[in-house]
Amino acid sequence: MDLNPLTILTIIFVLSCLVGYFVVWGVTPALHTPLMAVTNAISGIVIIAAILITGPEIIPATRCAELPCPYPEQTEMLQLAAQLIGTLAVALCAINIFGGFAITRRMLNMFKRKGE
Amino acid sequence: METLTVLLQSPDVMALASLAAGVLFVLGLKGLSHPATARQGNLFAMVGMALAMAVVLLHPLMSAYSFIIFGLLIGAAIGIPLALKTPLTALPQLVAGFHSFIGLAAALVAVGMYLRQIPFNLMETKAALEMALGTAIGMVTFSGSVLAALKLQGWVSGTPWGWSGRHVLNLALGIALIACTIWFTATFNPLPLALIFILATIMGVTLVAPIGGADMPVVVSMLNSYSGWAAAATGFMLEQPLLIITGALVGASGAILSYIMCAAMHRSFLSVILGGFGNAESVTPAAGQGPAQVVKQAGAEDAAFIIAQAERVIIVPGYGMAVAQAQHAVKELFNLLASKNIETTFAIHPVAGRMPGHMNVLLAEADIPYDAVHELEDINPRFKETDVVLVLGANDVVNPAAQTTPGSPIYGMPVLEAWKAKQVYVVKRSHRPGYAGVDNPLFGMENCALVLGDAKAVVENITHALKSS
Repeated sequence: MDLNPLTILTIIFVLSCLVGYFVVWGVTPALHTPLMAVTNAISGIVIIAAILITGPEIIPATRCAELPCPYPEQTEMLQLAAQLIGTLAVALCAINIFGGFAITRRMLNMFKRKGE
Repeated sequence: METLTVLLQSPDVMALASLAAGVLFVLGLKGLSHPATARQGNLFAMVGMALAMAVVLLHPLMSAYSFIIFGLLIGAAIGIPLALKTPLTALPQLVAGFHSFIGLAAALVAVGMYLRQIPFNLMETKAALEMALGTAIGMVTFSGSVLAALKLQGWVSGTPWGWSGRHVLNLALGIALIACTIWFTATFNPLPLALIFILATIMGVTLVAPIGGADMPVVVSMLNSYSGWAAAATGFMLEQPLLIITGALVGASGAILSYIMCAAMHRSFLSVILGGFGNAESVTPAAGQGPAQVVKQAGAEDAAFIIAQAERVIIVPGYGMAVAQAQHAVKELFNLLASKNIETTFAIHPVAGRMPGHMNVLLAEADIPYDAVHELEDINPRFKETDVVLVLGANDVVNPAAQTTPGSPIYGMPVLEAWKAKQVYVVKRSHRPGYAGVDNPLFGMENCALVLGDAKAVVENITHALKSS
């Protein structure tokens, strides 16, 4: 397979949109608010990206000689800034993940049948 | 143990685990097709999220765990109390707030990615384009959602800001965003990226500002959709299929909800987005039309007297019930009527309240069983066999003009046919017309009377009168 990654990702994207379309039409209107809350929670998946920005260690400026390194003085500072920004993004996504699942659970626990 | 770690770090194993997480998310949404399977669905989605996070934390490049754990703890410490303590009437603004976090996170990830790549000359045109896109969608989602949340909370006036020059401004902002994107992809200079950040923030405000009032369910759904597209754009940037899958699911979900809300108001998505509906200019001509109708008024005791003799009662809740926090009082009335063998059901219009499904959650919170709560198509044929309809703080959704008056702004909108019942009581705070500024001929009908007052107080009075009769 010599496909460009962008092609593969586009295929995934289009098929996922279709899956989403059909699954969401099946959601009962009574549960549209929990649907929004659970989509809040799963859109917290951006945390994966945030972790990938935050997690990798900072490449020290001492290795600049072997790498293309246009700003040797700022190299470490820029990476640290990325880590801090990434940490903030991790926290924002975590609010959605924990908050979104918790509120969905809280709401769904209220939906009861007669006599339940 | 070591072989296990190595195996788990293989890109193929990680990709397959991400696939499993994606499947679990789909199953999670599928569970919401019925209240009985919904809790299990939520559990599936939680397992999917845990799996996805476990996979990325095992990534061979991971080292700064302290930063990540710190972020996670902060998020849990804020998110869980928010979710457990927020009153359900404030749910629309909480959901809008959650959308804003995802938007901001997506934009921050794009900037972080830039800061990771620029020190080593790793930037490429394709990545730059995706960064620009992620930043733009993310910041529009962020500022739009913050404004929506402030409007819903009432800290910013909910009336639409109808400034006629806004379309030109939005067009100018859009062109400037495209220009900055081209500039950034060509030079990788940080200045255009910063400009995209700022311009998109302004654009989120100008897009949401002209929309308000009863159009808020569309705005909230639309921002839900945007937060999904922002996640998908981030997925393209970092080549993470799971982000693309999830983003597409969320994006599609928000888009469908927006569509359902628009259809329920018989308005095109474009006309809602362009905004300005329900502001002063559009109200005046509509309110001035036709002869003033004679409206009967009744007290809570009169309503209770008629209800006591009824066999079938339908309650139509609207935003007024949410504002008055009347759902528990309604539950008490519901129980009392059940004990008197009066068949009581609820009729929910898709746009009742300020977000999709808002009324259902409030009724569920008050322990009203979900099989007593019906959607528009199911309940409409039953109004003609109904003795009493009690409308709580709803107006446009029971307006017969939607079916009879072709010139009316709400003509064509599907409505609850409350007027077909033997007697209708409309509980309202004042004589003012509804959000759309349209007169409601229902109020002048022979079988209709207004009960003026706060929804909660009136329902409590009816219950009290019924008990003592």
